[in-house]
Amino acid sequence: MKLLKQSLPSICVLAAVVAIWWITVVLTESVIFPTPWQVVTGTLELAKDGTLWEHIGASLFRVGAGFGIAVLFAIPLGLWMGWVHGAFVTLNPLFQILRPISPIAWIPIAILWFGVGNASPIYLIFIASVFPMIVQTTVGVHTIEKRFLRAAENFGVPRGKLFRRVVFPATLPQIIVGMRIGLGVAWLVVVAAEMIALRSGLGYMIIDSRNAGNRYDLVIAGMIIIGLIGLALDGIMRLLEGMKSVRWRYVH
Amino acid sequence: MFINTKIHVQNVRKGFAKDDGYLDVIADLDFKVGDSEFVAIVGPSGCGKTTLMNIIAGFLAPDSGSVQVDGVPRDGPNRKGIMITQQGSVFPWLTVRENLLFGLDEGNPEREQLAAEYAELVGLKGFENNYPHELSGGMLKRVEIARALVVKPEILYMDEPFSALDALMSLRMQNELLRILAKERHTVLLITHDVEEAVHLADRILVLSPRPTRIQAAFDVVLPRPRRVSSPEAQELRVAILKELGVTESV
Repeated sequence: MKLLKQSLPSICVLAAVVAIWWITVVLTESVIFPTPWQVVTGTLELAKDGTLWEHIGASLFRVGAGFGIAVLFAIPLGLWMGWVHGAFVTLNPLFQILRPISPIAWIPIAILWFGVGNASPIYLIFIASVFPMIVQTTVGVHTIEKRFLRAAENFGVPRGKLFRRVVFPATLPQIIVGMRIGLGVAWLVVVAAEMIALRSGLGYMIIDSRNAGNRYDLVIAGMIIIGLIGLALDGIMRLLEGMKSVRWRYVH
Repeated sequence: MFINTKIHVQNVRKGFAKDDGYLDVIADLDFKVGDSEFVAIVGPSGCGKTTLMNIIAGFLAPDSGSVQVDGVPRDGPNRKGIMITQQGSVFPWLTVRENLLFGLDEGNPEREQLAAEYAELVGLKGFENNYPHELSGGMLKRVEIARALVVKPEILYMDEPFSALDALMSLRMQNELLRILAKERHTVLLITHDVEEAVHLADRILVLSPRPTRIQAAFDVVLPRPRRVSSPEAQELRVAILKELGVTESV
């Protein structure tokens, strides 16, 4: 009940947007721009013949692979850079230069290196999501409060335990923030990458719908599905923030 | 005074470089703490009490002089003496039980049992699986004390341990501490700005001067335990210490 009351205003806004869209299309008698209902029927059509699921699956697979590799790479590297000052001063300038380069700018090089198969978008997603995660993890280690490190020092625990019980869990909330950012960027990038050179995925679906007969109902359907899946992915990451061992960082 | 010296602070000096020169914090401190003695150090704020404690506990090196524990010069912190601070350092990402296990060796077969035992000792039975953010300030202090005691330290370094608590909780924790210390003797070094707390707890009270700090006065507290801070003798001692700190009170 409370949830319904809370989400009522946003539902109203969504309904208003759809209504304005619908009315505008009807009033302007547009032949190309679809009504919301046309988008729905177009989506159902694609869902029925199965192509929609293939596109969604392809996009999710690429994001999963690229983001997964980035996680495996960024977290150990970020922890190392956060803990070892020499590693930080050596590698940080490089990452600070690479980080602002839009993943889109990497597309030609990705195609050159990896061709037009799955490897290209996976590489682009990796590039896009790895830097925010490295940075957040490093910041996480750097911002561990000194009192905790002192306590650990006081008890004289071995190095492995120090990492397992103090450094990693103290950094975990920041790692999760980095993963949220990283996954968000990854989802942005997969769609952009698929628009260029592939034959599957939601990005491809959008471009193909336009090219193959101005099916703008499917273009908009693709956009809305991308938005909804992005929301769901962020929701999954937010579940991680609910873990009891990291909640200390988010309460107060 | 006492038979065995536990801690010997020998001609310790410490200063810090500042933007506009040098700040002399500890002038020349020399004192001993006996085995199982409870020594309280009081002093005006900013006099370098915490710096002194960090030096004694091994987190900071003195500019000159040395600190000896059991006759051995200190070269870093170790679990023989555990520090408890005002801010506290209970790990918020570990449960109460995991915090208590933290300092115990993984190979120790009695670790789980010890953790449970000390949780009970400080009145945290039933909260072992709670996270620190689910506990009150007083309970958090109990976790910290239990985590320190469970590794069987010989010395407790307490730097304003109860200052962040309200007056009532602070008094309650003082009584708790005395109850626990009666069970297992430890050498305790307590830093506080609360003279009443010092009179309540300590065997001996050292009064530090303003910066650069030195020992200005020392008081043996010969009051029988359990002490009543409101007793005339205790009040007399309190007034005398406050006078050393430059606070005169009309009685």
